[in-house]
Amino acid sequence: MIKIKNLHASIEGTEILRGINLEVKAGEIHAIMGPNGSGKSTLASVLAGRDEYEVTEGSVDFLGNDLLDMEPEDRSRAGLFLAFQYPVEIPGVSNINFLKTAINEAREKRGEEPMAAKDFLKRVKDKSKLVELDGRLANRSVNEGFSGGEKKRNEIFQMAMLDPKLSVLDETDSGLDIDALRVVANGVNQLKTKDNASIVITHYQRLLDYIVPDFVHVLYQGRIVKTGPKELALELEEKGYDWIIKDLEEVSA
Amino acid sequence: MQNEDQLLEEVTNSEYKYGFYTEMDSDQAPKGLNEDIIRFISAKKKEPEWLLEYRLNALRIWQTMEEPNWAHLGYPKPDFQDLHYYSAPKPKKQLDSLDEVDPELLETFKKLGISIEEQERLTGVAVDVVVDSVSVATSFKKKLGELGIIFCSFSEAVQEHPELVRKYLGTVVPTTDNFYATLNSAVFTDGSFCYIPKGTKCPMELSTYFRINEANTGQFERTLVVADEGSYVSYLEGCTAPMRDENQLHAAVVELVALDNAEIKYSTIQNWYPGSKEGKGGIYNFVTKRGLCMENSKISWTQVETGSAVTWKYPGCILKGNNSIGEFYSVAVTSNHQQADTGSKMIHLGKNTKSTIISKGISAGQAQNSYRGLVKINKGATNARNFTQCDSLLMGNNCGAHTFPYIEVGNQSSKVEHEATTSKIGEDQIFYCKQRGMDETTAINLIVNGYCKEVLNQLPMEFAVEAQKLLEISLEGSVG
Repeated sequence: MIKIKNLHASIEGTEILRGINLEVKAGEIHAIMGPNGSGKSTLASVLAGRDEYEVTEGSVDFLGNDLLDMEPEDRSRAGLFLAFQYPVEIPGVSNINFLKTAINEAREKRGEEPMAAKDFLKRVKDKSKLVELDGRLANRSVNEGFSGGEKKRNEIFQMAMLDPKLSVLDETDSGLDIDALRVVANGVNQLKTKDNASIVITHYQRLLDYIVPDFVHVLYQGRIVKTGPKELALELEEKGYDWIIKDLEEVSA
Repeated sequence: MQNEDQLLEEVTNSEYKYGFYTEMDSDQAPKGLNEDIIRFISAKKKEPEWLLEYRLNALRIWQTMEEPNWAHLGYPKPDFQDLHYYSAPKPKKQLDSLDEVDPELLETFKKLGISIEEQERLTGVAVDVVVDSVSVATSFKKKLGELGIIFCSFSEAVQEHPELVRKYLGTVVPTTDNFYATLNSAVFTDGSFCYIPKGTKCPMELSTYFRINEANTGQFERTLVVADEGSYVSYLEGCTAPMRDENQLHAAVVELVALDNAEIKYSTIQNWYPGSKEGKGGIYNFVTKRGLCMENSKISWTQVETGSAVTWKYPGCILKGNNSIGEFYSVAVTSNHQQADTGSKMIHLGKNTKSTIISKGISAGQAQNSYRGLVKINKGATNARNFTQCDSLLMGNNCGAHTFPYIEVGNQSSKVEHEATTSKIGEDQIFYCKQRGMDETTAINLIVNGYCKEVLNQLPMEFAVEAQKLLEISLEGSVG
């Protein structure tokens, strides 16, 4: 699905990512954990193509395409979805209109007809159930006046509507109470198939109680310093990140 | 989208199906402005004595006035003695085919969905008159005539309905009102007149599109709309096709009179030539638009303005009658080197009068966009209410948005609310849309349409579709 090789990226001259290597295959869920400032959100932004970040080295292959060479919108159309840590408000634009525009523009670029209104509305109905999204939210302006939990659920709702190949969830659990967390995780789990994959970025282990990853990676100072099975997350929860950092320092000493 | 496109095409086509008829006159007044010129204009138009007096009076007042300087605008002041105040409509330079027309203009026509035939007419390519159109316009007129609705050119109204014109002319915008309005009162050449009789609901949107013998109204247009007691009319002005004009200075006056229980909805789309990208040329638009509301009546102004190099315009309402309502909804787009100083005036005189002002400014490029509004609550206006919201949206780093609200309250029981916001079109918003698969252009259109929604919703449906399209074109390439 995606192969990240020796990825280096910086913002305003400061290097944040310092050689990321990661491969995610179809059907897999990868968790990326790490202390604050380790580069987790930068990785998400670079994959989505935010232009504040400059990629200085490395390559990313996404389904056979050179991802770094693609515009953000083309990455989206190729099947990359980013669930934002801070979803953006767009006043006056209804959720429905927003998604209809997004879906139909992608279809148009593929040379397809716009989705029939009936099919679209049916999809909205089905998918909003998935994240227990109140039907009225669909008609409200994108994220405007939404609570923190509603915004995150709305991200998963959009993900369901757009049906991506690879989803990158950037700290989707932050600011969620336990019920909202369960709803969001449940949505992600139900959307999982053998053909798609997810990268779940999180600071805390608790999200991984609900979304069970196949691999856990620890990101520290812009590199993946440890990779393990799902149990690694529990170990991190118990012991914090310090022991990994200590191990590292011993190795380099 | 497909539907909207079709609709747009229908609208833009039908707009021009109706053909034009202009009475040509070869005369032209010499340059300059004095009593002789006024007499010349009045005689040319075979006007009654009272109208000549009206003009002469305006001229005398105007000669004592100075061009105002308070607006947040910068432009070379016109030399008013260096203009022709009367000239027969000049036939535009005839071209043999569209190949001779500026390709950029043609591209715009294409985006607006304007038919080839219409493109030819707008750009001055010689075309045959579509005979069929005359019959359509005639049946349209007949239908209005049956209801007693008068809708004609101002000159025609002066000849056919002098008593109505005399009764209402200058009652909303007095001759002494302001420099440009006074000038207009002295020299106006033509415009539109509309009268809706008592208790009549005008069954169609009255639009200058449909007026068969629209004369070339020129620089000093005069419009008067009178809705008699209990009547209703929706009036559309302007069109989305970019209008080029030889005249740089335009000073129009629009007067609306809503008698007891009447309602007037006045919608404008204005897309005059804004000048080149470098800021050369373009139209100076100094307009005075005002409505007078009698008891229980309502006047609603809606405008989408994307054109002109300089705009100076404050449509307003005098809420004289008790329980009357005034509304103003505006989207003003300025890009490149355009400047706009625009807003609304709401004067509350009657009891329980209500006014709403929703102003959305969008600036891009080097443009300067100012909101200037006056809300005045007079002593007798018990329980008057006003709500004002003026929002500014900036695109890029070189444009400006300014807000100058004036509020004068003379009655303790009134409520006045004012909200203002300035925001930059967010890189974050654009990136969010892109991440969901939209092009930058689509993203901007979506965001801008969302921003203007409250205003666009006020327009009649087909006009709203045109306005949306116009916004898209006006802002094309303004970010990034």
